[in-house]
Amino acid sequence: MSIEVRIPTILRTYTGGEKAVTGEGATLSEVIEHLESNHPGIKDRLIEGEGLRRFVNVYVNDEDVRFTGGLDTSVSDGDQVVVLPAVAGGS
Amino acid sequence: MLEIGQATYDAIVAHAKKDHPDEACGVVAGPEGSDRPERFIPMVNAARSPTFYEFDPVDLLKLYKEMDARDEEPVIVYHSHTATEAYPSRTDIGLASEPHAHYVLVSTRHHGNSDGPVELRSYRIIDGAVTEEDVSVVKK
Repeated sequence: MSIEVRIPTILRTYTGGEKAVTGEGATLSEVIEHLESNHPGIKDRLIEGEGLRRFVNVYVNDEDVRFTGGLDTSVSDGDQVVVLPAVAGGS
Repeated sequence: MLEIGQATYDAIVAHAKKDHPDEACGVVAGPEGSDRPERFIPMVNAARSPTFYEFDPVDLLKLYKEMDARDEEPVIVYHSHTATEAYPSRTDIGLASEPHAHYVLVSTRHHGNSDGPVELRSYRIIDGAVTEEDVSVVKK
């Protein structure tokens, strides 16, 4: 099982500058655990408590996982996971 | 220092005025590593709020895929404050996630949708530290 995980600039400090890394797992949650084993510290930037952080967007094959089951979203060989921090702020 | 073309500067200001009293937001993309803001891309503020802005998650993905395909990065990330000065708020600082970008803030508090000067300032926001920088507007 091989999944491409696209890493945003701000998190590339965890991946040695790599824009994309290979992931493994049957669900998004498993992919993140696998990421964490290779790139310690990255999980905390994605997850807060039991779910994804409010201002982190994750897409599996272009679908926002908030609408496909969140961390339980299934992934399979050849899928692409994209992580993008929200571009947001307030006065 | 941020060097920005007059047309791009004017486009950011016009967008901020048009969307007032809601916050306006967008990016100016440029070739990766060039530090040249070349392609003006106004975004929809999904929050449609006078005190908050957020790119719509679907638009965000489309934008980043497009920049990726063109070997671009967000050289400027801009948004407006509609009742306060053009200085990054605590939320702006906490959520800033583009260490290579110039964060441009426009304040429309004095003239709203009408003509009249606006405050436009630029910052680097890295690991929670804000550094203001000069803005040089060039004719091109």
